[in-house]
Amino acid sequence: MISVSALTKRYPEGLEAIKDVTFDISAGEMVFISGHSGAGKSTLFKLLAAIERPTSGSIVINGQNITALRQSAIPYLRRNIGLIFQDQKLLFDRTALDNVLLPLAIVGLPHKEAVRRARAALDKVGLLDRENVNPIALSGGEQQRLAIARAIVNRPSIMLADEPTANLDSDSASTIHALFRAFHQVGVTVVVATHDPQWMAQFSPRIIRLERGRLLGGAA
Amino acid sequence: MMTFLAQHGLALRSALRRLVASPLNTVLSLMVIGAALALPSAGWIVLDNVQDIAGNISGTQQISLFMAVDAGRKDTAEIEARLKEAKVGKWRFVPKEEALKNLQATEGMNEIVASLPRNPLPDAFVVEPADTRPESLEELAKTAAGWPKVAHVQLDSAWIKRLDLFLRIGKLTVTLLASLFAGALVAVTFNTIRLQILAQADEIEVAKLIGATDAYVSRPFLYFGAVQGVLGGLFATVLLMAAGYVLAPPVGELIELYGGGFALQSLSAANIAVIAAIGGGLGWLGAQLSVTIYLRRIA
Repeated sequence: MISVSALTKRYPEGLEAIKDVTFDISAGEMVFISGHSGAGKSTLFKLLAAIERPTSGSIVINGQNITALRQSAIPYLRRNIGLIFQDQKLLFDRTALDNVLLPLAIVGLPHKEAVRRARAALDKVGLLDRENVNPIALSGGEQQRLAIARAIVNRPSIMLADEPTANLDSDSASTIHALFRAFHQVGVTVVVATHDPQWMAQFSPRIIRLERGRLLGGAA
Repeated sequence: MMTFLAQHGLALRSALRRLVASPLNTVLSLMVIGAALALPSAGWIVLDNVQDIAGNISGTQQISLFMAVDAGRKDTAEIEARLKEAKVGKWRFVPKEEALKNLQATEGMNEIVASLPRNPLPDAFVVEPADTRPESLEELAKTAAGWPKVAHVQLDSAWIKRLDLFLRIGKLTVTLLASLFAGALVAVTFNTIRLQILAQADEIEVAKLIGATDAYVSRPFLYFGAVQGVLGGLFATVLLMAAGYVLAPPVGELIELYGGGFALQSLSAANIAVIAAIGGGLGWLGAQLSVTIYLRRIA
């Protein structure tokens, strides 16, 4: 499903954030990408989400080499991946429902069907009763759940999350953990960049460990 | 296809929402665009009307071919044949007797004509050329002057040349003015869209991260530019019609003084459509430039 080969990312100022990283992730697997701050977790997340291009190496997702994709093809790739960001990237001038409707509007789903699916996604993350609330009025944990609802509304086969429980209290974090576990159980491939040891300890998943951009373990 | 139409409908609704959301900005923009389109359009209308007046005058544009006094029937028949062969347009033979009668009918000339021992007027041909361009008229006059027994050819070419030159300068000036204002309209739209893009940079970034194509992101801005341009164009036509309404009576009086039965041409539905379409096209162009530059920067 995801095959990373000899991946290197070097920034123009000379910093090598990812160095010759190789690993595979099977369909339906749940994998943590772990490491200290500056280890390269977020860079790897951006490379997997095609937000940044690698300096060398390749990333193949569902048989498609995304590093060779034209820029104009990237949006279509992202529609099949549920992306969850540390800072959520919500639109604070829209309601919770409108935020979840955005990916469906992008793919051109008819409004009625889009509203039905957006409400279903909000229901999954326990925010259906807050659909008309502006995200600014939601707690940190609720905002992260709203971001998750937006990520799953297009029913992606892969979910990529970058530090989704950072800055959350333990209760909110537990709710997020449960949601990710539920997605994994229904066959979604889940890749989470985190340094939350409590979360990793709850599961016995594969952990891809990074240090200063290099792979320390968990490649297979 | 339905998805395509739905997305365009969504973009159009989004553009209209933005126009309505800031009414003051919208009205000010429409006034600027309206003025920018109204000024050159007014120039074209004035020139069109002047050309119409000139056309009326050119309808009476004539070349008179005066035959020699001793020219006979055979000579006039020869000129008739040559005019027919040259396909110059309409022409009429005025025999010297008819010319004299006309002269007699002129007030105060009757006694003078009666005192003349014989008819001093020659036979003449009055030609109304089909091609009224100054160069064509001059060419025809030059050719006719060389025909046998044609004593004199009369053409007021200097006046026609002046009018033609005036119209050409007018058209050039209006074209330059139109280019200038078209540039201004593109710049106004460019800046409006630039500010909108900057204000919505977060939304654009999020949309692109979750799979929006450049086309999806650009569409509402392009519609905004085009719709604003069309509305500006319609506002320009309102200004022009108001100006026409105010100016029509005094212009009519002025033309009346010159004995012309002329009325200012008002804007036709086609004119209104063209002005609105030009406004829409220029608005779209400004939006496209802005979107191309600023979306690239955000990316």
